Amino acid sequence: MVTARFDSAVMQNEVAYILHDEERLKSEIIRVRGNLAEMQVYEATVGLRIGEVVEFTGELLSAELGPGLLGQIFDGLQNPLPEIAQECGFFLQRGVYKKALSDTRTWDFTPVVKPGDRVRAGDRIGFVKENIFRHSCMVPFSLWGIFEIVSVEHAGPLTIRDVVAQIRDADNHIIPVYLAQDWPVKIPIRSYAEKLKPGEPLVTKMRLIDSLFPVARGGTYCIPGPFGAGKTVLQQLISRHSDVDIVVIAACGERAGEVVEILKTFPSIHDPRTGRPLSERTVIICNTSSMPVAARESSVYTAVTIAEYYRQMGLHVLLLADSTSRWAQAMREMSGRLEEIPGEEAFPAYLESRIASFYERAGMVRLYDGSTGSVTIGGTVSPAGGNFDEPVTQATLKVVGAFLGLSRSLSDARRYPAIDPLISWSKYPGIIDRKQKDRGHAVLRKGYDVAQMMKVVGEEGTALPDYVDYLKAEFFDFVYLQQNAFDIVDEATSRERQVYMFDVIFRILETEFSFPDKGTALHFFQQLRQLFKGWNSTSWQSREFEAAENEVRAFVSERSGAG
Amino acid sequence: MQKFYTRISQITGDVIVVEAENVGNTELAEVITRQGISLAQVIRLDGNKVSLQVFAGSRGISTGDRVRFLGHPMRISTGAHLLGRIFNGSGMPLDNGPALSENLVDISGPSMNPVKRLIPDKMIRTGIPMIDVFNSLVESQKIPIFSIAGEPYNELLARIAIQVEVDIIILGGMGMKHDDYLIFRDTLEEHGALSRSIVFMHTAADPVVECLLVPDLCLAVAENFALEGKRVLVLLTDMSNFCDALREMAITMQQIPSNRGYPGDLYSQLAARYEKAADFDGAGSITILSVTTMPGDDVTHPIPDNTGYITEGQFYLKNGAIEPFGSLSRLKQQVNGATRDDHRLIMDRMIQLYADYRETQEKQAMGFSMSAWDKKLLRYGKLFEEKMMSLLVNIPLEDALDLGWEILHECFSPEETGIRKSMIEKYWPHMYAGKTYAR
Repeated sequence: MVTARFDSAVMQNEVAYILHDEERLKSEIIRVRGNLAEMQVYEATVGLRIGEVVEFTGELLSAELGPGLLGQIFDGLQNPLPEIAQECGFFLQRGVYKKALSDTRTWDFTPVVKPGDRVRAGDRIGFVKENIFRHSCMVPFSLWGIFEIVSVEHAGPLTIRDVVAQIRDADNHIIPVYLAQDWPVKIPIRSYAEKLKPGEPLVTKMRLIDSLFPVARGGTYCIPGPFGAGKTVLQQLISRHSDVDIVVIAACGERAGEVVEILKTFPSIHDPRTGRPLSERTVIICNTSSMPVAARESSVYTAVTIAEYYRQMGLHVLLLADSTSRWAQAMREMSGRLEEIPGEEAFPAYLESRIASFYERAGMVRLYDGSTGSVTIGGTVSPAGGNFDEPVTQATLKVVGAFLGLSRSLSDARRYPAIDPLISWSKYPGIIDRKQKDRGHAVLRKGYDVAQMMKVVGEEGTALPDYVDYLKAEFFDFVYLQQNAFDIVDEATSRERQVYMFDVIFRILETEFSFPDKGTALHFFQQLRQLFKGWNSTSWQSREFEAAENEVRAFVSERSGAG
Repeated sequence: MQKFYTRISQITGDVIVVEAENVGNTELAEVITRQGISLAQVIRLDGNKVSLQVFAGSRGISTGDRVRFLGHPMRISTGAHLLGRIFNGSGMPLDNGPALSENLVDISGPSMNPVKRLIPDKMIRTGIPMIDVFNSLVESQKIPIFSIAGEPYNELLARIAIQVEVDIIILGGMGMKHDDYLIFRDTLEEHGALSRSIVFMHTAADPVVECLLVPDLCLAVAENFALEGKRVLVLLTDMSNFCDALREMAITMQQIPSNRGYPGDLYSQLAARYEKAADFDGAGSITILSVTTMPGDDVTHPIPDNTGYITEGQFYLKNGAIEPFGSLSRLKQQVNGATRDDHRLIMDRMIQLYADYRETQEKQAMGFSMSAWDKKLLRYGKLFEEKMMSLLVNIPLEDALDLGWEILHECFSPEETGIRKSMIEKYWPHMYAGKTYAR
């Protein structure tokens, strides 16, 4: 926290630079009192002295949006980390800022408008090819009203600093449009016709999520869980397999090691939909736990701004924020330094509204040209002590559409994913028939009740039908809800396969079996489980798949036929 | 420039406020008192009011004492000449060696660029089966021992220190009892490890501010060695004392506490230290093994809770043994696929059976009758605790895996273990002349 005296007008959230010897330290005004501006510094404040000069820029903290974002690794202020590494070596040197996008790289531009056309903010002028995507060049989102195209560049190579078109407003002012544009990160981009209700399922290929607790495109979900319950692993798998065009990962205040894993593995993992390396559809914003706290606060905004930018091109974007608790803690630290009156657990009173407005930036939108794009936000929450009653979890639960609660006891029992089906919920429609899905939930609840009872009265004291219900729930959990992350087939299950398998399992759960005793029942379900495990690791609709299916069907009908 | 400031306007806790000009944030100063000279660090600047945290404590400081600013932040000498030396929390020698002033580096330097890190993939062998087999330690990992007062965590730490193959050991003691410190020193000396060790020791009797500096001193020195290509192991005990010192300072500075009095930035403060553990692309590495004592054995207490979110797992030391449940090495998957082909299998299967044993034990305690299978499990659990979990066991990984097979063989038939046939054929021990041999 630095306080500066100013003599001309300053703006709330304006970016300023503190000039210290040779260094220029980026900071942001977060409170103005009289002629004193209080600023959070995005760097360590070691060595700063009273009396140093502050340079106000007159601009809000902005992200640079244009081709070349995909595959990049930025810090919370959108500095490209590989370039900083090239210049500074192992450590992040204070006051070194780099342009987010390359000035010199050329892109093959193709215009889609002609002089005389009328456009408004967000409309497409043309496109360039960025990896496999058509990256639209759009009229700046910051403009108001209708504009007329005066001139447009011919097809050919351009850099982001080249003017691609000139447009004229109602007052005859000529405004240049570039391949890239800036946008203040804390303000949502609103250049679209309308925001739609999220209804289309976003398939993550995690059975437990897609079948029981679906996430919708343009929706939001949160994953709270104690440490070591597998939040990050789950997010990483979702980022790999989700049926979206682009994934933006905001590694916010978490371990650097997790980011390194993404960095080093994504280039060699191929996106099953396109066959291209995953890194080509991924943008990483990483402000790990030891990097300056103020930049951590802005990193999630930088990430969501980039996500919204690609949404404006009619693409489906998934934003993964890991972890929103660290982001909330960054707010708490700043609030503490401002000596604001604290709310619960010393979090600032505006915690809830900040969390709500962040998740509200998700959504499915219809653009002016009729196409749709979406931003889906999934945030992990790291509740203190694994207790979901704390303020960040509670504030998040109020605003998200799906809640995937991780449980320590499930992860200790090595059940993966450790999402607790008894506490999780989703408001979105899924891929499984409603009736079947409800039945699945009922079976799990019943199984849990019986298990609780068995703890008291023992196996001997449990009635056979109850015991069978318990076995059915366990069976459902083991062969369907759990997924083996180390098995290349079982790791990700397609939508068709989920619908098909769920139906098979549904029928088994609905079958009335008659067993002479508990031992036989246990043995039956153990064997059935073994058969299903084998079935799960055969590829969809292969010959092995059919063989395994026949074996399962024969095994089940033998038992139900006999009974 | 020898300029002295004499206007000390406030003394609260270990923080004094002096009026001075042209002072840099976090700069170091000397406070000259009747008792001698103490170092102090700038922690807040407000106009010409400079708040200083006095390393030796504020006791005996008079409002008329003199303060001199040194113009640089806290520094520590680094390099090979530190090996075998023992210092206090201000970096002053505790042995009879000379004070050091060569090759100074600032402590708490900048954060590492994530893109220059490597994915950790080298296992560190400790000779302790509960670590090597079940939760392998990996070079550049940061992992605490979660424990409670009275457990032999310092002995465990000392044992790991002397047994692991690293180039340099740096020990940071915070709030340590003097006799614990002597145990450490003697153990290192006895095993000839002192010559590759550096010790920064803050005992419980020393000023609390020095406690805060210990991790930074250790890690600054470690980083320097790592950049020269050395593999460094940093041992920090006990990080709970570090956190309590943070709390004490925060409250002295009238910061708004967040949870049980701890400052809101506890997570960031811990992360800034633990994140120094790294495998440098093209240089050495830093591995951090620390001790976190959990007040009341409560893992949801803010200290273990925040630590757990930062570190790459934890060893849970309870009743004199490393508990298989609650212990976790998040990096074990990176290394245990490349040791021996039965490593993961033994790891998973033995733990699952041990979990079954614990369940059976509960059933037994509640008076349910024991089946034949239950009895086998009880026997297995007992053997597992005696031969694997005991901290007295000190064997290489391969022997520990063989031992695992022997224990399984002694308690179960091959089918009962649920291990796939090919592995049974390869590893199941058979009897030969009344003695069991691993194949």
